[in-house]
Amino acid sequence: MSHGSIGRNLFTAGPRRRGNLAAGGIGEFRDPGYELRRFQFRLGVAGAFVLVAFAVLLGRFLYLQVLQHAYYNTKAEDNRISVVPVAPNRGLITDRNGIVLARNDSAYTLEVDPRRADDLNRLFDELAGVVDIQPKDRKRFRKLLDETRGAESLPIKARLTDEEVARFAAQAFRFPGVEIKARLYRHYPFGELASHVLGYIGRITERDQEWLEAEQLTANYKGTDFIGKTGVEQSYERELHGITGSAQVEIDAAGRGVRTLSSVAPVSGNALALTLDIKLQEVAERAFGKYRGALVAIDPATGGVLAFVSKPGYDPNLFVEGIDPQSWDALNTDPDKPLNNRALTGTYPPGSTFKPFMAIMALELGKRTPEYAINDPGYFSLAGQAHRYRDWKVGGHGAVNLHKSIVISCDTYYYGVANDTDIDRLHDFLSQFGFGARTGIDVKGEQSGLLPSRAWKMKRFNQKWFAGDSISVGIGQGYNLATPLQLAYATTILANNGVVFRPHLVREVVDARTGSHRAIEPEPVATLKLNPKWLALVKSAMVDVTRPGGTAARAGAGAAYTFGGKTGTAQVIAVKQTEKYDESKVGERHRDHALFIAFAPADAPRIALGVLVENGGHGSSTAAPIARIVLDYYLTGKLPDKPPAADAEEEEEDG
Amino acid sequence: MIARLWQRFTANIDSLLFAVAALIVTLGLFTLYSAVNESPARLVTQLANILIALAAMWLAAQVPPQALMRLAVPAYLVGLAALVLVALYGDVANGARRWLHIGVTRFQPSEMMKIAMPLMLAWYFHKHEATLRVRDYVVAVALLVLPTALIARQPDLGTALLVLAAGFYVIFLAGLSWRILAGLLVAALASLPVLWSFLHDYQQRRILTLIDPSQDPLGAGYHTIQSTIAVGSGGSFGKGWLNGTQTHLDFIPERHTDFIFAVFSEEFGLVGNAILLVLYAALIARGLMIAANAPTLFARLTAGAISLIFFTYAFVNMGMVSGMLPVVGVPLPFVSYGGTALVTLFLGIGILMSIAQHRQLVQT
Repeated sequence: MSHGSIGRNLFTAGPRRRGNLAAGGIGEFRDPGYELRRFQFRLGVAGAFVLVAFAVLLGRFLYLQVLQHAYYNTKAEDNRISVVPVAPNRGLITDRNGIVLARNDSAYTLEVDPRRADDLNRLFDELAGVVDIQPKDRKRFRKLLDETRGAESLPIKARLTDEEVARFAAQAFRFPGVEIKARLYRHYPFGELASHVLGYIGRITERDQEWLEAEQLTANYKGTDFIGKTGVEQSYERELHGITGSAQVEIDAAGRGVRTLSSVAPVSGNALALTLDIKLQEVAERAFGKYRGALVAIDPATGGVLAFVSKPGYDPNLFVEGIDPQSWDALNTDPDKPLNNRALTGTYPPGSTFKPFMAIMALELGKRTPEYAINDPGYFSLAGQAHRYRDWKVGGHGAVNLHKSIVISCDTYYYGVANDTDIDRLHDFLSQFGFGARTGIDVKGEQSGLLPSRAWKMKRFNQKWFAGDSISVGIGQGYNLATPLQLAYATTILANNGVVFRPHLVREVVDARTGSHRAIEPEPVATLKLNPKWLALVKSAMVDVTRPGGTAARAGAGAAYTFGGKTGTAQVIAVKQTEKYDESKVGERHRDHALFIAFAPADAPRIALGVLVENGGHGSSTAAPIARIVLDYYLTGKLPDKPPAADAEEEEEDG
Repeated sequence: MIARLWQRFTANIDSLLFAVAALIVTLGLFTLYSAVNESPARLVTQLANILIALAAMWLAAQVPPQALMRLAVPAYLVGLAALVLVALYGDVANGARRWLHIGVTRFQPSEMMKIAMPLMLAWYFHKHEATLRVRDYVVAVALLVLPTALIARQPDLGTALLVLAAGFYVIFLAGLSWRILAGLLVAALASLPVLWSFLHDYQQRRILTLIDPSQDPLGAGYHTIQSTIAVGSGGSFGKGWLNGTQTHLDFIPERHTDFIFAVFSEEFGLVGNAILLVLYAALIARGLMIAANAPTLFARLTAGAISLIFFTYAFVNMGMVSGMLPVVGVPLPFVSYGGTALVTLFLGIGILMSIAQHRQLVQT
């Protein structure tokens, strides 16, 4: 068979084969050569198919490995490398002498990835066999789970003992999604002490997250679980937090880090040195004994807060890992309201501690001269009205000039001053001392108190101002409200002869990288135009308050320095016109609040303070002795030889 | 003396086939070493597998095609019976009933079918060579479809595909008319929806995933996505031996078995792939040459089908790893870890060698 005929046969194989098949049935002769060539042709077709198929594969490889190489290479790198945030260490907080008030302790914690647990209760039951897990731990975990944004792992048990760590490590294979982690914990070594100053940190909640987003801080908080919630921890969050670092980590398909390729170290948060003297703080808090109340002591030269007490306090350590519902309820339902920051947010009538400022006003506005004296019958009445505004002393104090009005805390004198001064002028003058406005201290949540004016009354009650409204304002009652911080602030301005510093709790920020100190202590924000003569007069009267004949004579007895003060009492319940307030007859919670403001030493004050003792009765009986202890400790480094005596009620009771 | 022994020993060994296979196996060992993160244990096991497979090859090479032809029917019948037994009493592993216990060991009858099927069909066509009728093709198709269906039901789509392909090659090479082939193709396409409904969920998902792997990036699509990334990121020259990040960071599943080509491709790049393709092409070409020169129809069909099975393994596996074909359990021939496939493949090589060697003896 010629070559040509092979080709023809192969390419017209169809009809020929049909012939074959038809003939095959009757066993016709077949051509083995043809069969072989057909087979070889088919083999050739198969070989061609193989080549085409391999060409397609090669084309696919060209496409993937050359044309799309960059794309897939990026994909592989994305697979391989994960940028992991490295959270910075939070800055330390120290007192003014470098004593650490908030630090970071490392401890082991047992953490559960809630996404990897089908049944948390069963998991906890099983874990309880290995590690001590209390019902409150479970409740706390649930609470955290509700509150925390996209939680990857949450602690079920913080601060494991070494034994627990060892026991869990041996059983870890039974608990996928449960891990032991070494974590830094915020720790407040002084516990309750200064808790209202420091505040605390807690896990970042949805609300915190919103704040972070608004402040565009989310990137810097990627690896951070905690944020300042109250106090200095909150207000200096930006300083304390630091700068989050990052690590480029090679990860395997399971997401486990295999090795670190490169990293940018985090920058620790800046340390804060407070103006607070923790020893003074401790003395002050202890001086309150069982009383509730607040004390703020300020360094007049800078506005730095030396002591900032709100009693009772709470243990901020409870909050760090999320407070368990039981402790939370206990704190919230405590009638003493330990979570209230009384110094910052408690507003009380300033009572007679208001009088020295009224006196300055009377002199500056020309409403009174130093010599002018009234004859006090024991009450004040508006012209043509029968209503008697009573003095605390039945029968009155007789002839009272400005000096005496402060020393013996005469109410009648200040009813008259208030009556003679237009309420708006009174408001404008006294607001210079910070009444009715926030002081601007460097923690959040401050209350502004209240210094009434016509505009305020119209806005609040839609009523005009009546002459009668002014009278009780003169003795710090009526609509007047002030925070203990405001009292201390006003006293500081007075002690400072009108030079105003913004009160602040943080003295300096210590840069974590450079170690350089950045002082917060500000320049004076204002200097009030006050006649030095009038200032001297009022201050000397305040000194006489602490001397024999003054309302705080006993509290002042035996002091190694001279100091100025003023007692005050704020009514908790209104007393009817015909009744006399009798401390022994009212319930403890309805007793008057005791107040005292002071500055020392009198000629060159180094400390000014305001004290409020809730239901403490009279300023001279509970508040002044506390002030004396604080002043003694601050100025002499010693506590008073014997506890300062409460002045007898008869001698000092005032409005 | 020793030289003479050696000559006797290697008399039936086709040096070209052996050289190409040895080259591929060597590349495979290097790739495997990388895929198992340089742990020698797996490598040693694979070396043992290779030795066993080589022994099988040598033995097969000693068996003359006539003897092989006598084995065809029994092998097929035993395989079919075993498949039936598997369907009734087989062990279930990974959701599939594939294994049959025999005494102390267990074996996979479906694997045996990869060789038994082409032998059987080749025998059949050889027997009816002189009187080939349409009926014979029908019988051949039935012989092919029955075990294939049993294997697909286990389910083992990869092996079913290889067995089906092996049988089809025999029928195709035997000269089934193009019209009927075209008709079969149309019928196959038409029956796709029916076949689809017979597929298991996971098989359906694999095919759907091929169309759009991103639909299920962590499930069925994961293998394809990651292996495609491995291939693509390999680039022209690869990341270098032992330097594949996809490989060494665990992103490629089954990377020492069915997906070992992803490892090879990532580390040796387009150049490596081209070399591998050339080696496979050489192996197949040599096999087709042997087929073309084989003396009997049985030998021709067997050799041709075996060569094309090598092609099927290589094409399906590479296509699957590079994201062109659905994920089916087909290893990369002579490279993937695992003794069973190696023995089957080297048996095939051995049969090719035997056919190459015995062609003169039966020439008429």
